[in-house]
Amino acid sequence: MTSARAQVVVLGIGNILLSDEGVGVRAIEALRQRFDLPADVNVIDGGTSAMELIDDLSRAKLLIVVDAVKAGRPPASIVHLSGNDVPVFFRSKLSPHQIGLSDVLASLELLGEAPQETIIVGIQPVSLSLGMELSGEVKAILPEVVDLVVADLRSHGIEVQSRRNFPA
Amino acid sequence: MSKRITIDPITRIEGHLRIDCEVDGGKVTKAWASGQMWRGVEQILLGRDPRDAWAITQRICGVCTTVHAITSVRAVENALQLEVPLNAQYIRNLIILAHAVHDHIVHFYHLSALDWVDVVSALKADPDKTAALGESLSSWHLNSKHEMRAVHQRLSSYVKTGQLGIFTNGYWGHPAMKLSPEVNLLATAHYLQALEVQRKANKIVSILGSKTPHIQNVAVGGVANAIATDSQSVLTVERLLAIKTWIDELADFVKNVYLVDVAAVGAFYADWTKVGPGCLNYLSVPDIPLDTKGTQFAMPGGYIAGGDLGSFKQIKGFNDQYWRDGVEESVKHSWYKGGKGALHPYKGETQPEYTDFKDDGKYSWVKSPTFYGKPAQVGPLSRVLCMYLAGHEPTKKYATQTLETVSALAKTKVGIDALHSTIGRHAARAISCAVQVDLLAGQWQALIDNIGKGDVKTFNKPTFPKGEQMGVGFHEAPRGVLSHWVVINDGKIKNYQCVVPTTWNAAPRNEKDEPGPYEAALLGTPVADAELPLEVLRTVHSFDPCLACAVHLTDLETRNTVTVKVV
Repeated sequence: MTSARAQVVVLGIGNILLSDEGVGVRAIEALRQRFDLPADVNVIDGGTSAMELIDDLSRAKLLIVVDAVKAGRPPASIVHLSGNDVPVFFRSKLSPHQIGLSDVLASLELLGEAPQETIIVGIQPVSLSLGMELSGEVKAILPEVVDLVVADLRSHGIEVQSRRNFPA
Repeated sequence: MSKRITIDPITRIEGHLRIDCEVDGGKVTKAWASGQMWRGVEQILLGRDPRDAWAITQRICGVCTTVHAITSVRAVENALQLEVPLNAQYIRNLIILAHAVHDHIVHFYHLSALDWVDVVSALKADPDKTAALGESLSSWHLNSKHEMRAVHQRLSSYVKTGQLGIFTNGYWGHPAMKLSPEVNLLATAHYLQALEVQRKANKIVSILGSKTPHIQNVAVGGVANAIATDSQSVLTVERLLAIKTWIDELADFVKNVYLVDVAAVGAFYADWTKVGPGCLNYLSVPDIPLDTKGTQFAMPGGYIAGGDLGSFKQIKGFNDQYWRDGVEESVKHSWYKGGKGALHPYKGETQPEYTDFKDDGKYSWVKSPTFYGKPAQVGPLSRVLCMYLAGHEPTKKYATQTLETVSALAKTKVGIDALHSTIGRHAARAISCAVQVDLLAGQWQALIDNIGKGDVKTFNKPTFPKGEQMGVGFHEAPRGVLSHWVVINDGKIKNYQCVVPTTWNAAPRNEKDEPGPYEAALLGTPVADAELPLEVLRTVHSFDPCLACAVHLTDLETRNTVTVKVV
């Protein structure tokens, strides 16, 4: 249970029953395994939920969303969006989950509690078929996805320690 | 001349639903409900450890994570005839009830109120008159002039940015929107307040479930919460007291805002008490077990045939044979291999066989469940009618109170028959929510009292014998009857079927070609403008569709826009 509000939220979303659809969740699992994060960084497995996330995302200083996106890129490529590209991302609905998350963010906007800054780390899926394993191609780029998230955290002055048995 | 309308997808719901209607003379004359995603979670579960099924099934859907987790452990416990410690029942009940209250509030305010409330019209309201109206309806402390002025101000500046954001897809200014600017402003204020208050319900689930959106504390045989009165890492008295504060705040909102708003919308849209009855076979199951075996329940359930309230038959417990033997699913009109007639879920098969959308053939990924061969409506309306007929006093109290408020506002006597309608489903959801928020307080007290007796047991370890066992777990989920059916062989899952609420309601035609509840309810729904079929959305939304678990994915191309196609 978190009593004080986390300043930074890393949110992995997706459906882990549909292979690469769950890459966002798999990425934050890998992030937790490889790194120690300070207490004010809240790492959330959002699954495919929506309104349940309002409280966690409220007034965050920085929100990093990791999700499968359909960006018309080659399979297993990574998209990194920040600044003005983020609203465009939500408007053009690139992610299968944006309906839920964009509603949450729009609601927070209405409440005057939207995150100050949002970054999207998107992965173009290879397979969305039934199954709990990622495709080989997406599995192979998972470390790179995690590195990107860590780089974003560090560039915002957050101290991220790699765990000894998992060299970064 | 009849016109064909296709709405694909229906917005403001979870998952992908397509609705087709034929409209003649300004009314729907024929309707098809089609789930556009395939669900295959059952295949993932085959061969797995039954103790892991709950964690996997709660990934089916982003809205109903907890309900699948709980129903799954109930199915395995039923197969093993395993008892569940009282504390575990109470903790599960608290999670179930907090989730239900959360879900009902969010459904009404954030997913369906915009079918009835014109947010843009609210800008024309006089905030002081709105406050006077609000204060005449209830004692809620946030109906004040100060609050209404602030909301009006916030809404104006939001709209001035040129982006309606969350309000983008509304049918603003539609001729079927009938509320005055003041009522619209009051409802918009409550929309915003509901965004705040729903968090409290989620916090309760989060503390008891150890986490949201996916709870971690459920286990076959009980819950993983350790109870202690002196440790910080487990369920302490301090945390339990925090939960009670949130329960009280939720109860205030549900009774003084939600219930009143629904009555007001019902009164102002009184003509909608005659629209959208559809399937009058109502099915619900008992829930909130009060003993370790699941024979006593705080919420009764049962079956009503053909709207004949005298036909009510109660479903009594987790081992009820009348329930277990009545359920079948047909795939005659669904994109699965069939030919064997309707099958009982223990024998259910989920082998895809896609054709195009064929009006008289297969047209949906949703199967068609029946109860003793008949389609059945599930959800809050079925729940409330069944509880009412079972003589459940809290249900009778809130139902009577709500109908009296509607009658007073509409200046005409509105009886329980009005509930068989599109607006009636909303009213029943609010009545159910009031009953459930009271039960939340009751179950909280029961847990405290039981711990006070020195009972801290939360788990009975399951053992899996050799050979085959079959079990069904059911749950009266927010959207209605949810059941998981498991066949276990030598400790591994041999078959698994989820028959979810939206499968009952969004069912396509069944083995006898009878329409499912959405399809039946749409018949006769008026449509003023075929290009802007708001009325169709009202009837469909009143069921609170949640397609993500009725069927599951693989529509690869996420659509950019809603298509309303008129032919």
